[in-house]
Amino acid sequence: MSLVNLEAVHKRFGEFEVLSNINLSVSEGEIVAIIGRSGSGKSTLLRCINGLEPVQQGRITVDGTEVTAANADLNNLRQRVGMVFQSYNLFPHLSVERNVTLALKVVRKTPYAEARDIAHEVITKVGLADKFGAYPDELSGGQQQRVAIARSLAMGPKVMLFDEITSALDPELVGEVLRVLEALAADGMTMLLVTHEMKFAKTVGNRTVFMHEGRIHEEGDSRETLEHPRTPELTGFLDAVLH
Amino acid sequence: MIREFGSEDILFLLLATRWTILLTLASALIGGTIALVVAVLRIVPLRPANWLAIGYINLVQGTPVLGQLFIFFFGFSVFGWSVGAWTAAVTAFSIYASAYLAEIWRGGLQSVPKTQWESSAALGLTYLQRLRYIIVPQAVRINIPPTVGFIVQLIKNTSLASVIGFVELSRAGQMLNNATFAPMSIYLTVAAIYFVICYSLSNVSQRLERRIHVAR
Repeated sequence: MSLVNLEAVHKRFGEFEVLSNINLSVSEGEIVAIIGRSGSGKSTLLRCINGLEPVQQGRITVDGTEVTAANADLNNLRQRVGMVFQSYNLFPHLSVERNVTLALKVVRKTPYAEARDIAHEVITKVGLADKFGAYPDELSGGQQQRVAIARSLAMGPKVMLFDEITSALDPELVGEVLRVLEALAADGMTMLLVTHEMKFAKTVGNRTVFMHEGRIHEEGDSRETLEHPRTPELTGFLDAVLH
Repeated sequence: MIREFGSEDILFLLLATRWTILLTLASALIGGTIALVVAVLRIVPLRPANWLAIGYINLVQGTPVLGQLFIFFFGFSVFGWSVGAWTAAVTAFSIYASAYLAEIWRGGLQSVPKTQWESSAALGLTYLQRLRYIIVPQAVRINIPPTVGFIVQLIKNTSLASVIGFVELSRAGQMLNNATFAPMSIYLTVAAIYFVICYSLSNVSQRLERRIHVAR
């Protein structure tokens, strides 16, 4: 059974249809890269999956919970769906440790010692064991983004959503973040990534979804789709980003 | 009988200053508590709550404190409740402070980037948890200077309580003036006392602000 499932999803901002009849099913352990031009609806698609954006039509289910249900317990669902943002969005008033332990303590009521152990584990995983007590503004963009990933991982999510997480980074910092994603992929994490890193999409992604004007315009095996685009829109897009 | 303005009069003024400080403290604490609720009602995604908060703020800000003082002092006796000067003054100034602090704090809460709400929501925090652990702590830092600025205003405005016979610093000055007819010495002393309190407060705020910028 699929972990994330979207059926005939429509999303409008006023008159403008941002998402139009989206059907997408993601199985456990699958890594799906979502690509497309700015404004094609790819970030919105991701934000609908954990209920940050409501949809007007269609059905979204994640790990057995219907996100689109009127009485959906989104706060409960979001503990199982990690999300990492383009601009990191760490909590600037909290240390790295407290950024990571906050949700454990507040939402899960995890005892302090246990939360700290979990934080140690995930922060070490993203290679920042020496930054436990640092504050976000003492870290580089790449380090902040790795802390943001650790913050999500601490909750033990079933699926992770990555919204252009390397787009705000200086080019030389992109690699360290992508390596963390590769490690997650190797662990079998289910991931949906909105990305402009085509090489990464091709090598790590199992499947690539190309969004165009609010629709899934093309979709298939990553390597196949990116090397042999079937539509002129994807060909044009790939030409534009690769040159 | 007219007498000289002397050192025992300065002591009298200083003792009355306690009431200025107490009135300010009580109003800031009670008003601040109400303000927190009003500020939150003002920003929650719930229209009727927003309207209620806006209505309250407009009503209080749109009427003079002096009028509010009279209303609480004399108005309640219409219903048969006798209200003392202290109670009337604390009530009026708490309400006055609550409306202004609510507006100041609303601004602070809204100046925390929306992305902070989103990233905490994405971790499964409820609305109130986001507010308590993420938004309010960041807003507090932003809010220190305007809040202290308002409290300085409040200290000086408590002098209005003299009109309902509450003996705070200004009222004590008036009383001494009636006995000594030395308005210059008395009111300069009164002004100096206000100045010392307000200046110290601003000073503390500046230091606090500087420290918080460094330590986030």
